[in-house]
Amino acid sequence: MRGLGLKLGIALLTCSLGLVALGYLWLPADPLAIGGDRFAPPSLRHPMGTDWFGRDVLARVLVGGRTSLGIALAAVALGAALGAALGGLAGLRGGLPDELLMRGMDFLLAFPPLLLALFLAVLLGPGPWGIVIAIGIFNVPYFARLVRGSLLTLREREFVLAARAIGAGPARILLRHLLPHLASPLVVQLTVSLGAALLAEAAFSYLGLGTPPPTPSWGRMLKEAQSYFALSPWPAVFPGLVLSLTVLGLNLLGDGLRDLLDPRLGRLTAWLRS
Amino acid sequence: MGSYFLRKLITLPLTILLIAFSIFALLSLLPGDLARLVVGPEASPEAYQAVREKLQLDLPWPVRFGRWLFGLLRGDLGESLSRGLPVGALVGSSLTVTLPLALLASVIALVIALPLGTLAATHPGGLVDLATVGAAQLGMAVPEFWLGILLMGFLAIWVQAFPAGGFPGWERPGAALVHLVLPALALALPRAAYLARMTRASLADVLAAPYIRTARGKGLREASVLGRHALRNALIPVVTAAGLSLGHLLAGALVVENLFYLPGLGRLALAAVRARDLPLLSGAGLVVAGMMVLLNLVVDLAYGALDPRIRYR
Repeated sequence: MRGLGLKLGIALLTCSLGLVALGYLWLPADPLAIGGDRFAPPSLRHPMGTDWFGRDVLARVLVGGRTSLGIALAAVALGAALGAALGGLAGLRGGLPDELLMRGMDFLLAFPPLLLALFLAVLLGPGPWGIVIAIGIFNVPYFARLVRGSLLTLREREFVLAARAIGAGPARILLRHLLPHLASPLVVQLTVSLGAALLAEAAFSYLGLGTPPPTPSWGRMLKEAQSYFALSPWPAVFPGLVLSLTVLGLNLLGDGLRDLLDPRLGRLTAWLRS
Repeated sequence: MGSYFLRKLITLPLTILLIAFSIFALLSLLPGDLARLVVGPEASPEAYQAVREKLQLDLPWPVRFGRWLFGLLRGDLGESLSRGLPVGALVGSSLTVTLPLALLASVIALVIALPLGTLAATHPGGLVDLATVGAAQLGMAVPEFWLGILLMGFLAIWVQAFPAGGFPGWERPGAALVHLVLPALALALPRAAYLARMTRASLADVLAAPYIRTARGKGLREASVLGRHALRNALIPVVTAAGLSLGHLLAGALVVENLFYLPGLGRLALAAVRARDLPLLSGAGLVVAGMMVLLNLVVDLAYGALDPRIRYR
């Protein structure tokens, strides 16, 4: 059952990332070209149909994926880097900095990311940066808690003591002895965060807070298609479907990896051999 | 428990103060000319000056923050720049839509999730179990607003079983509820998926506990084993999750309101962004963040009250 989820997740992700990658090499049509048939149903020429302007929906899904994935990746990278640094500081120093940082993280967790995105939209004007920062900041506490929590238990372990006994400095202990232990929980959290970031990006673009038109993104395409649903449902169906399947793939991958990478279970080697 | 409660109550105003300050700082302390930001680059000097006076930008910031806080204590959130009405009244009337929407959605989510999760846990590997696990994964991957678009498209535009949007007001409660059904469903289904998964996992854990075997061993009927022993314990984490879900629902409601043209807090906040109405945006933001903090506190306390094993120090 678990193995099935993981395989399904990898398959889904390969498909959607493959599609977006394919968009760099080949596009079925110019995603911005206006004209031709409006609201054409799916056909060989337009596999996902066309929208209100007669633009090819598949081409727009392929190009829109760059925007959506790019923003999600940038946001999670920002959140992970900042969170891991703060969590590392808190976990290694302990004491007052730890207490202050972690109370700050609790506070951030209570602050709705949508609110931050709305504020940043006013301050920074339209564009992707407001939502990258908003989603990034939303991710900081998760990574900070994860890194801090792991470090708190890890630094008391015997192998750290042993490393210190043979004269290793703090930097060496951190990089060579502690970081490898953090890799697997971080990978799992990155996967799950990326899925959540994609959903958040879509919601923000849907509200018109993201990249301005005509640049497509999955969320913005849904917003545009919504008004014309009575005339043709296809432009509203496909971008959402691709988005949902990508997030589903990421979630399944995250769940599967969590089981596999748990060192106490030792399933990774078994799975790789199977 | 008592001292824990007391400490929470003491930190509550501090947290809200901190939130108020971060909202104020975010919108007022960043470099740049706020009045220019509000009126735009082409505005006349008179309009610019009027906004400067309304926002009291000639005063130093601690004084402005102090006045805002003091107004807050009296329930006065200032005046909206774009609508000329008190922010408190605007936010208050929008809450009469957003709160019922979030509540209705959480009721729907629980009504779907609890029986489904229970069935899945009591028949592991069965059809309901597989469907629940699958639907839960799907539900967590589908954005609420897309579900909303599909529901609206199929149930309101094609079949015309429900209104496609808008809100008639609570003077006609029946019509108002009907207008909330589709948005509540769009919010509830992904939450239901999540809660069903939680119920299943939690109940499966409890059913494996020795005291369940004891209950069965002394000859209780399966229904009372489930109802009196298993579910009571299994539902504790689910209730917590449902409470915290209310926060998610609130955030989701802000998006879904825009889809269904509901005059709630989400539409108000987005309109404030478009009009660069800083007092309205700060007020709406403060209310949302404050509700989240209160909700977290209530869930925290409910958790302790439900589970006597939890002792707060």
